[in-house]
Parts: sequence; structure tokens; C-alpha cells
Amino acid sequence: MPDPMKIRATLVGDSTEVKTIISHEMETGQRKDGQGKIVPAWFIQTVTATYAGKTVLSAQWGPAVAKNPFLAFKFKGGAKGEKVQITWVDNRGEKRTDEAVIG
Amino acid sequence: MSVPLIALFALALLPASVLAQGSAVDEIAKYRAALQDGNPAELWEARGEGLWKSPRGPKNVSLERCDLGLGPGVVKGAYAQLPKYFADADRVQDLETRLVFCMVTFQGFTDAEAKKGPFGGPGRKSDLEALVAYVAGQSRGVKMNVSQAHPREQEAYRLGEKMFYYRGGTHDFACATCHGDDGKRIRLQDLPNLSSTEGARKAYTTWPAYRVSQGELRTFQWRLNDCFRQQRFPELVYASDASIALTMFLARNANGAAFDAPAIKR
Amino acid sequence: MDTTRREWLKSGGGVTLFTLLAAAGWLKPDHALAQAWSKSAFEAKTVDEVEKALGIGAPAQSKDITFVSTPDIAENGAVVPIGIASAIPKTEAIAILIEKNPSTLTANFDIPAGTDPAISTRVKMAQTSNVYALVKADGKYYVASKEIKVTLGGCGG
Repeated sequence: MPDPMKIRATLVGDSTEVKTIISHEMETGQRKDGQGKIVPAWFIQTVTATYAGKTVLSAQWGPAVAKNPFLAFKFKGGAKGEKVQITWVDNRGEKRTDEAVIG
Repeated sequence: MSVPLIALFALALLPASVLAQGSAVDEIAKYRAALQDGNPAELWEARGEGLWKSPRGPKNVSLERCDLGLGPGVVKGAYAQLPKYFADADRVQDLETRLVFCMVTFQGFTDAEAKKGPFGGPGRKSDLEALVAYVAGQSRGVKMNVSQAHPREQEAYRLGEKMFYYRGGTHDFACATCHGDDGKRIRLQDLPNLSSTEGARKAYTTWPAYRVSQGELRTFQWRLNDCFRQQRFPELVYASDASIALTMFLARNANGAAFDAPAIKR
Repeated sequence: MDTTRREWLKSGGGVTLFTLLAAAGWLKPDHALAQAWSKSAFEAKTVDEVEKALGIGAPAQSKDITFVSTPDIAENGAVVPIGIASAIPKTEAIAILIEKNPSTLTANFDIPAGTDPAISTRVKMAQTSNVYALVKADGKYYVASKEIKVTLGGCGG
């Protein structure tokens, strides 16, 4: 079970600001280990953020997104106490969904 | 009309390097500022809190009975007063040493088990790093207040100071070689003067830190270990008296400054 | 200056980026990018792959695409903060292309209606390179670019 991501959702005026730090190695497939062998690529391919059943962001990533990736965006709407969900799926098929309460 | 135009033209012809020199430092400051917005260290802090509160080890108890200097289970402000002499261990201990002590004493781990894998890497998590991140984060904003009341604490400080200036290894380096004066630099990296109060404060209050170049949360024990490696010194043994003495020297020199870690660094 | 127009024109501008885009699979008519993770797009190499013009044309340079909190120098290429904001109406997608990375396309963000056309993330850069912010708005493509200097390589070892 992959590690949880940290999500912060804040109401700013009539918009919700979302910031997240995702725990993921984001291996490029370029790196060599101590024995000189290539470490296989292992990275998040899709990220989807939803609020009230609607997708507020969807992204496709390659391995060049940084390790333990940071993502910030803003959408119109949201209310305190409601939840924002973020789901990621990586190239191994592993996935993780976390949610945050809008504060 | 033509004079300003000529001036502009001349400006455009200046070699880029002349314009870039002064601004390189500014741009790096901008880079560091841009990093502050989201610190992956929070992932370690969250994991560390879980590890602190969960029953673990052969005795299946949590670390909440561990006394970090402010009483059993008191985590808030604990980092800012370490290292410290602990009677139950009869030793001056920094946070990492104290965590190992508590893991052995209360949770039933062996010393070797507790110290296993102190520095994480790809595919290899370190519980100690997570615990350090959690405990350190609970001292954010607290002024450094390391004690020198106990003779053993004073002794550790004196030893640390001696080590700071001690030249050795293949390159005849001391910590002071790089960190004993103002204005030193390695390539683009400004080196803090750790022998000054200001330098010690800035440095000590920002470790542990998420080290971008490592992609990991790194502790003060790691920082010292890596310095020794770069000095071509023999390995600084994890949680050794020597490592605690150096930590005591720098931590106590940072007294009075507000602690602000886990930070994020290159 | 965020949009390096002078450099853009010097490097033969539109042709270079057009090549990049073609190589990255962005100019394919089916534009699978918006729907799912596209292997060909993310594995596409840069300037030495040339594809024929696909009828979309080179993206227009736009001053309405800005880099926000994006430093000119990264102390370490492993983590380079990139922020992009588009003031172009009906922005549907924002993509980040890094010219000198082993694979050009780094990330694509689909912006649904109601979401600010602005994202902030962090990328890996193998070396000093031009970074392109590519925006799809109302079916058309726009671009802004910026050079980011890297002082240490972040892509392997």
C-alpha cells in the first residue's frame, strides 16, 4: 500500500486552493544502482483531482516530474468542510487515493 | 530621442555573463524561496508521528513513554533542548541517540536492530529519519535552549569545540577549514561560518531537512557523517560520543535562535 | 524576461519548437494526450525526430503565458520548481516540455472549466535547457519559453 500524500485544501474567496505533496520515488529509468544496473522506471502516470463528483484537474506525467512531487492548483467553488480527492496511478498499476477537508 | 535608444542598444550588447554575475546569487535565493512552498519533509513527519505513537518491537509498546528531556512522552519543544545529559543512560545524548535508547529500553529492540538503516534511500525507508522529522517538527518556533548545567554537558561541548578545529585526514581538513571563516564558498555554494553565533544559528535551526539532492529527509547525524566523508575522515560512527559532542558544540552555539525545521535544502 | 523572444527568433524559433512538438506527439490529429497516458508522447525524443506538418501549424508565441515563481537557476536539477499561468481564454491544457531532457514531454495538465489555468509543480532537468509552456486553448496552440540553468544534473547518479 503506497504511502499517503499530504493534501491541503483552502478556501480563498470563492475558490479552493489545493496543494499536495505526493510520496513517490519517480524513478526515471536512467539511474544506475550501486552494482551498475539500471533501476527500472517507476513513476506516476496519471493524477486526477475531484470535488463533488466533478474532475477539477487531470494530469498525465512522465518520469521527469520530480521525486515526491509537489502540485498546486485552484478551482472555482468549494466550501469549508467539503472534501477534495486526489488519485494517482503509476506505471506499475499501483494507485493511491487520499482526500482533504477544505478549510 | 536617439540617446536613450543608443543606451538601450549598448545594454543589449553587454555580454550576458556580466549581467548574470550579481544576479546568480539572487536567482539561487529565488530558487530556495520557491522550494519553501511544499516540503516533502511533511511526509516524513507524518510517518514519524505514526511510528512514535504505535506499539512496536518485541515488547509491543509505543515510544510515548520515552523521555526526551521534558518528561515522558513530551515531544513539543524537546528537540530545541537536545543534546542533554540523561541520568538513566548516564550519557549526554542527542535526539537520535535518545530514540535508539528508548527503542532498546522500552520496545525491546537490540541496539543493532534499533540502529539499522539510519539513512534511508530509494526503496529503503529509515524509521529513525521519520521519528527525527516528527520530533524536530514539534520544536518549530521554539528558541534553542541547550543546557550546559551538567559537567558532562560542558565536557561534551569542549570536546565538540576541539573536534571542530582539529585538522586530520588525508587533506588535513578541520571543520573550521570550510566553516571557520566568513566569505568562504565551494563553486556556487556559500559556506556558513559555523564558528560564529549567527552562522551556527542559521545552520543548526534548519536541520533536519529534506535534501533535494538526496531526495530524502536528512538528519543532523547524517549531516555530520557526510561532512566527515567529504573531509576524507574515517566514518563518523552513528550515535557515537564524538558525533554527540560535535552536535552539542553547534547546538549550544545556536542557543537563542528560533528552531525552524524540518527545512528544505539543496 | 520570461518569454525569450530574442532567443526564440535566433534559434529559428517556430521550426525548432514545431519539431519538438511533432516529436512529442502533440501535433497528431487524434491528440490522445488529453484522454490517457500516451506512451509515444512521453517517450518521444527531441529535435532529431522530424515529422511532417500536420495541419495545426507552429504554436503562436504568447505573452499571455507566464512562468510564475520559476527561478532562472536551479541549484539542483533534481527538483526545479515550475509555475505556469495562462491568461488565454478557454485554456484547456497546459503542458511542460523540457528540450534537453531524455524525453521532451514532462507533464500535461487538462484544465476543466472552472479550474484556474495555472499550475505549479516541480520537475527534473538533466541540464541547462529551454523549458516550454505549451497551452491548448479553444483548439489552438500557444507557447512561451524560458531558459533555466541547472548547476547539478538531476537525472541519474
